[in-house]
Amino acid sequence: MEDQNPPNSTSKLLLWFFSISACVKLLLIPSYHSTDFEVHRHWLALTRSLPLSKWYSDETSPWTLDYPPFFAYFERSLSLIAHLVDPRIVDVYNGLEYKANSVIYYQRISVILSDLCLVYGVYRLTKNLEVKRRDLMWVLVVWSPGLMIVDHIHFQYNGFLLGWLLLSISCLQEGKDLMGGFLFAVLLCFKHLFAVAAPVYLVYLFRHYCSRGFVRGFGRLLLMGAVVVAVFTAAYGPFIYHGQIQQVIRRMFPFGRGLCHAYWAPNFWVFYIILDKVLSVILRRLGFGIQIPAASFTGGLVGYSSPFAVLPRVTPATTFIMVLLALSPCLIKAWRNPQPGLIARWIAYAYVCGFLFGWHVHEKAALHFVIPLAIVAVQSLEDAKHYFMLSIVSCYSLFPLLYEAQEYPIKVMLLILHSILMWLGFSAQFNKKSVTKAANKKKGTQLEVKGSCERGGFMMGWVGKSYLFGLLIVEIWGQFLHSYFLGDKLPFVPLMSISIYCALGIMYSWIWHLKIDRVEGEVTPAFLKFPM
Amino acid sequence: MGKKKAEKMTYDKVEVVDNGDDVWWWLICRSIGASFLCISVFALLVRVAVSLHPYSGAGNPPKFGDYEAQRHWMEITLNLPAKEWYRNSTINDLSYWGLDYPPLTAYQSYVHGLFLRSFDPDSVSLFTSRGHETYLGKLLMRWTVLSSDALVFFPAVFGFVSVYHTSRTSSRKADIVWHIAMLLLSPCLILIDHGHFQYNCISLGLTVGAVAAILSQKELVASVLFTLALNHKQMSAYFAPAFLCHLLGKCLRRKNPLLEVSKLGLVVIGTFAVIWWPYLHSTDAIFGCLVQVLSRLAPFERGIYEDYVANFWCTTSILIKWKQLFTTQTLKIISLTATVLSCLPSMVQQLLAPSSKGFLYGLLNSSLSFYLFSFQVHEKSILLPLLPATLLALEEPHPFKWLTHLALFSMFPLLCRDKLVLPYVALYALFTLLYHAPGRCSGRSKTSKTDYSSVASIMIGLLYVCSFILHIVYLTMRPPEKLPFLFEAVIMLLCFSQFMLFACYTNAKQWWLSKRLTTDKEKKHI
Repeated sequence: MEDQNPPNSTSKLLLWFFSISACVKLLLIPSYHSTDFEVHRHWLALTRSLPLSKWYSDETSPWTLDYPPFFAYFERSLSLIAHLVDPRIVDVYNGLEYKANSVIYYQRISVILSDLCLVYGVYRLTKNLEVKRRDLMWVLVVWSPGLMIVDHIHFQYNGFLLGWLLLSISCLQEGKDLMGGFLFAVLLCFKHLFAVAAPVYLVYLFRHYCSRGFVRGFGRLLLMGAVVVAVFTAAYGPFIYHGQIQQVIRRMFPFGRGLCHAYWAPNFWVFYIILDKVLSVILRRLGFGIQIPAASFTGGLVGYSSPFAVLPRVTPATTFIMVLLALSPCLIKAWRNPQPGLIARWIAYAYVCGFLFGWHVHEKAALHFVIPLAIVAVQSLEDAKHYFMLSIVSCYSLFPLLYEAQEYPIKVMLLILHSILMWLGFSAQFNKKSVTKAANKKKGTQLEVKGSCERGGFMMGWVGKSYLFGLLIVEIWGQFLHSYFLGDKLPFVPLMSISIYCALGIMYSWIWHLKIDRVEGEVTPAFLKFPM
Repeated sequence: MGKKKAEKMTYDKVEVVDNGDDVWWWLICRSIGASFLCISVFALLVRVAVSLHPYSGAGNPPKFGDYEAQRHWMEITLNLPAKEWYRNSTINDLSYWGLDYPPLTAYQSYVHGLFLRSFDPDSVSLFTSRGHETYLGKLLMRWTVLSSDALVFFPAVFGFVSVYHTSRTSSRKADIVWHIAMLLLSPCLILIDHGHFQYNCISLGLTVGAVAAILSQKELVASVLFTLALNHKQMSAYFAPAFLCHLLGKCLRRKNPLLEVSKLGLVVIGTFAVIWWPYLHSTDAIFGCLVQVLSRLAPFERGIYEDYVANFWCTTSILIKWKQLFTTQTLKIISLTATVLSCLPSMVQQLLAPSSKGFLYGLLNSSLSFYLFSFQVHEKSILLPLLPATLLALEEPHPFKWLTHLALFSMFPLLCRDKLVLPYVALYALFTLLYHAPGRCSGRSKTSKTDYSSVASIMIGLLYVCSFILHIVYLTMRPPEKLPFLFEAVIMLLCFSQFMLFACYTNAKQWWLSKRLTTDKEKKHI
């Protein structure tokens, strides 16, 4: 293949990547059958068999519909074919807990095919990119182990949704702001958890799209507003018409669920909880009468009584403010100088903040920033190193999702394969020889790559290496040594140690994002003292 | 050390080819070892994914299938002394999956039995564990195959690749990587070992190791490894003529032929003696014990063919009823003669002009003739000819693809019975994709296309369409009541005809090779 590829042969390689992963995904069909299968099957049945007005009020199954309306429409369209495959799939009552091969195959294959959206998104994003970065980005996104674990083993439609996000980002990068905004609005009506990046979009679009003079800018603002309103009307209109809108909102935002999930997602609140426990123990030793809260480690922090012994209680409002605060540096940057080249970075950063400080964050949400960060990762050596660490950590933090022995080698292999691919790819991209070559070829345009040249090839620093090595120890301890040494005592320790250890890595990533200051096209030296 | 050489050599070549036009720049930038690591992890992932699927005879009492056989051997070897393993007794009922592989399989079963016992003692307890099928039991059994594959087959392939490509002058780095992928992701081997459930990876891995040793001129190591392979599965004897003739041919060319031959003979006998030690203890019992074991290894009572295997005897039995016309004794002699005759040409070639390339062709030819003409061949035995074909994949890319296709197809009815259609389809697609990896060998594909005339390519295209339709028909339609095995017979016929053609082609190729070599030499002399 030549440097200037005709679009046909370009997409051929991407399709080849996709097909290879599709083969593996097909092989994974009989793997772990999670409850999400039943959730999505029930949604298929719900949207097919019930009138629209009852979609959000039905309580036949505990797995009520809690995604926004576009996702419900998506399920509805899937259910049309599902009905032809096996009518029992879409039966609300007889289909409950239906586990025949027909359902499993249909659902699995629908996820595999819906990944084409991701493929298209990544294709649009990379079609004007130089070949090396493009290939590497495809490897990172299409063969992402996190997506494989969450979508194709555990079962969800994240690949499809992230495809929308990438499409939206690609439009923004090309300067098609209206289209980008439209796609993001659609995405929000598919899954509202993506709303964390909404402030970034808001500021960026306002400054970049609506800032060409007062009259023209105001016109554009109105246009954008009209588009967004139109999208939301298309989504929620029918439910407003049926008087169901309050019910829809209640379902979509179940704040009764508590700060953390049963398995703590590796975020800031892990440290907060641990600090609370440590403080309460210390204070009790010192003679203060501290009550032990009723909530347990593994049972999650559900309920209305405060689960904290010492520290103040965290409410959804607190987390909301925390996320906004964490976002603010990036918002300020976007306000001052809205550059299309940095939008992917800002969006990824927004999802990192949402993950770290959000309310009831699920570990699967890590995908929201890992996939967009892949776009950034190929830009410079620093980014590559950061991505290498972060994607390993976030993939590892998904391990507890598949707790059965059967999937154990699969998830380990996926992570190892991904690490090797990243290592090979990054070191190929950033090795000295090819860098100088590229620099000779296109002088001036390769500033950021030149910057990496001075530091040598792709090598992790000793802190990074030892941190990643620590993951291995945490895993070996949790899997083998813990039960060997402690038996049944302290059963929560393995999971908790994964949470804490991964939270360290993701907190580091957040700080890295904050410290690194980038202007489009060149890199000002990173201020990080860590040799990561 | 071989690896480093390959690295250096291929590195220069990569330099010649412009970096920009290689799609695989990111995979091959480091050493071959790194690429190998990457592909082997992917291959392991695929294997683990296949192992999620059912094994042969899952939930099918009273006899179950190969999975139960292997588990039963673990149970027997673990609980009985070695001498009792092959002897029918009240404890060891040989009619229920009695051990019918050589002692190395038994030792392997013993070791794996130890592993199973330490995690799930119920799965290998004497008597009570018959038909033991649990979640944990299946996982542990699957993991034993997986580990054997990773410990025997993978290193052997690495050894082979690094030796083979140092001797080969025209390997691009991307080609080497492609070759590794073809070897490690052979769909037939994965389906049989990790789907159907067997340990072919061990005997085939040992054979690959032996081939690598021969290519690097370490004949003694090769003899030991091949003897081990032979002692793991007697089917490895399919390769024996090629090894024998190649080594003999080489020895005859040296200063001291007798010494060389006796050295090799001693090593082989020594290896045999070590492996058969438990059966060689007391002089008077030797004979009895050996006969017992040997009679287990050669199950002549099972008839000249079974099921619908695409070999000569089974296919021609549509016209000639071999089983009715001849006694088993005469059939034995007939089949032996046919086998020897059919592999004679390639044997003679190797005796006259032993060469590394010719040796690989010899392996292919001898295993094919065994598959086609020997006594009691199983569908799964196509794995044996497929191995040397894979080793030669870079020489013969199109025939290799064709053979893989046919081998898969010939096992399709078997895999259907095992409920392995999904992995069959997925691995088939994976193989096709990997074979046609974008940007691969742009230079060679043009030249090799000219080898094929348009008639041949149309024929092959037609056969592909035929086999595709047959797949669909086999899955969706019921055969007529009078001919319940009609589809199997058609598949067998198609595969057999192609295997025969293939055998003729490779035999011719082997002879042509020696001719070309001699003419090359003559040219040099001039």
